[in-house]
Amino acid sequence: MKEKVLMKGNEAIAEAAILAGCRHYFGYPITPQTEVAAYMAKKMPKIGGTFLQAESEIAAINMVYGVASTGKPAMTSSSSPGIALKCEGISYLAGADLPAFIVNVQRGGPGLGGIQPSQSDYFLATRGPGHGDFHVLVFAPASVQEMADLTGRALHLAWRYRMPAMLLADGTMGQMMEPVALPDECQAFGSDNPWAATGTECRRPHNIINSLELAPEKLEQSNFARFERYAEIEKTETAWEEYRMEDAEICIVSYGITARISRNAIVEARKEGIKVGMIRPITLWPFPKAPLLAAAEKVDSFLCVEMNMGQMKEDVELAVRCRKPVDLCCRVGGMIPTPDEVLAHIRKLAEGGNK
Amino acid sequence: MAKLTFREDLCKGYGLCVNACPKHILALSNTRLNQKGYTPVEMTKPEECIGCAFCATMCPDCVITVER
Amino acid sequence: MAVVFEKPKSLTDTVFHYCPGCTHGIVHRLVAETMDELGIEGKAIGIAPVGCSVLAYNYFACDMIEAAHGRAPAVATGVKRALPDRVVFTYQGDGDLASIGLCETVSAACRGENITVIFINNAIYGMTGGQMAPTSLIGQVTQTSPYGRDPKTQGYPIRICELLSTLEAPAYLERVTVNSVKNVKNAKKAIKKAFQNQIDGKGFSLVEVLSSCPTNWGKTPQKALEWIDEAMIPQYPLGVYRDKEAE
Repeated sequence: MKEKVLMKGNEAIAEAAILAGCRHYFGYPITPQTEVAAYMAKKMPKIGGTFLQAESEIAAINMVYGVASTGKPAMTSSSSPGIALKCEGISYLAGADLPAFIVNVQRGGPGLGGIQPSQSDYFLATRGPGHGDFHVLVFAPASVQEMADLTGRALHLAWRYRMPAMLLADGTMGQMMEPVALPDECQAFGSDNPWAATGTECRRPHNIINSLELAPEKLEQSNFARFERYAEIEKTETAWEEYRMEDAEICIVSYGITARISRNAIVEARKEGIKVGMIRPITLWPFPKAPLLAAAEKVDSFLCVEMNMGQMKEDVELAVRCRKPVDLCCRVGGMIPTPDEVLAHIRKLAEGGNK
Repeated sequence: MAKLTFREDLCKGYGLCVNACPKHILALSNTRLNQKGYTPVEMTKPEECIGCAFCATMCPDCVITVER
Repeated sequence: MAVVFEKPKSLTDTVFHYCPGCTHGIVHRLVAETMDELGIEGKAIGIAPVGCSVLAYNYFACDMIEAAHGRAPAVATGVKRALPDRVVFTYQGDGDLASIGLCETVSAACRGENITVIFINNAIYGMTGGQMAPTSLIGQVTQTSPYGRDPKTQGYPIRICELLSTLEAPAYLERVTVNSVKNVKNAKKAIKKAFQNQIDGKGFSLVEVLSSCPTNWGKTPQKALEWIDEAMIPQYPLGVYRDKEAE
């Protein structure tokens, strides 16, 4: 087994991105993700990579757009208010079918909000962060190990499907220290990108990286084609984890840090004889609709545990087609639910509180 | 001795070339329209062209090729 | 007889969409001639963001990137960092470079990014139909300054070359125009120098080109060229504002 190292979540993201072959990082300071930038600032110059502190979040994502236009992997990281600023650039990346890796270590909002952990960018991430019809791949790590593993996966899939991918972490995951088995160094990106703007060498027609299409019939076609790719991705790339679902009557749905808290609550509830399990989405887009719908045939109710006002709850209700009640246990504004709060909610459901 | 060739259908007929010509031997057509519906530039006295390329220099649409 | 003037090879055969008499076409040609003469068409990557030149990707034969409004210097930074041996240029208008993208412009200049910026200043937003630009002159009538630009409420025109010349890093800043044969030739020299600087690794070079917009100025093409002399040059004096080589 590979030796484990003790790392902060934010550092694990940075190291995993480097190990996956990413050599271009652009960022702007914002709490609670600044360790990613600091790590990159130290490491990149030593390995011939680029670390650049951009003048703004907007500039940073556009620098990513520039590198991505050449076919090389690039990333940026930020936290909620900064991600909002990047949305213009993310939309352009999606429109130009460019890959990019974006880390969002969420904090409470709206507005300047606070600097404590949150999951309140669920809508922003999963509905397509920016104007226009599009999606980005969204990964929700629930451990420092997953911060590393999903970083590699996100980078790899972004380049495979030529679309932006977002790691949707939160302040807790970013600051938490855990032992990590870092992935092996790999070159997840081919160097042959016939679409990229690398200079024609006067040997081929010029390549154009572009999201503008003034003919509506053509723009419609490009949207259709993109959504055909999305449909394929939904079939092949949806990821989730099931825990104690074999006999569950209550199904918790939770991701990221709240999934860990819910897991503790499930252990306690099981001791009390309550049959509760969990479906933990690992990808938030594509969302694991199929396992949730299948679970709706077996369980009595669902309980969403999240650090927002029930943003994922809407997706769960849609996924289970309202066949079973979906309840919400949430804390917001930087507050984190305790296992006891979740346990209390589980007990209430077990006693038929939702029937 | 110089020769001008016009990619006439690109001409937008606004005469910046006409004004630039030191020999005053260019004019917009009085009789013809090009594909775009503009009155294209013509040479009134081709034999007097000195091939200075001032016309081509001021043409934003690369209409004129100059040989000398 | 030999050909002494023809369409440069670094331009495609696509017909410019620009309005009759608009001098964008002249500047496009000068950039393309420069690419031809320096033999860099195959190495060049151009970035044209939003504005009248948004379709420039159809006109230049080199690889082209369309960018969000104002963001070309940031995109160019990314491209240049990824491919340092390529020749990277941006082609931006005044609304793009001096208003919405001012932060990107100043920051790229401040870092001394080794890129070439071609800045078209025609004192108006052309693509959207003639609104006031950051570079519109005092008293200039536009759709959004229908009574003339009033400095009390709409501020003063921004002088980009002068502004950037206060920075340490830029290698070369020059303001030129293309309203006469002589000025076109000067503009060509400046543009060529701005590209050569990049090839020589000298850093950030920007050429501001005073350009005409007959349609939105409400003038004939010839009168528009004259207005550059009469109104624009007094506000935006031509000349070299930074040349590290000469210093």
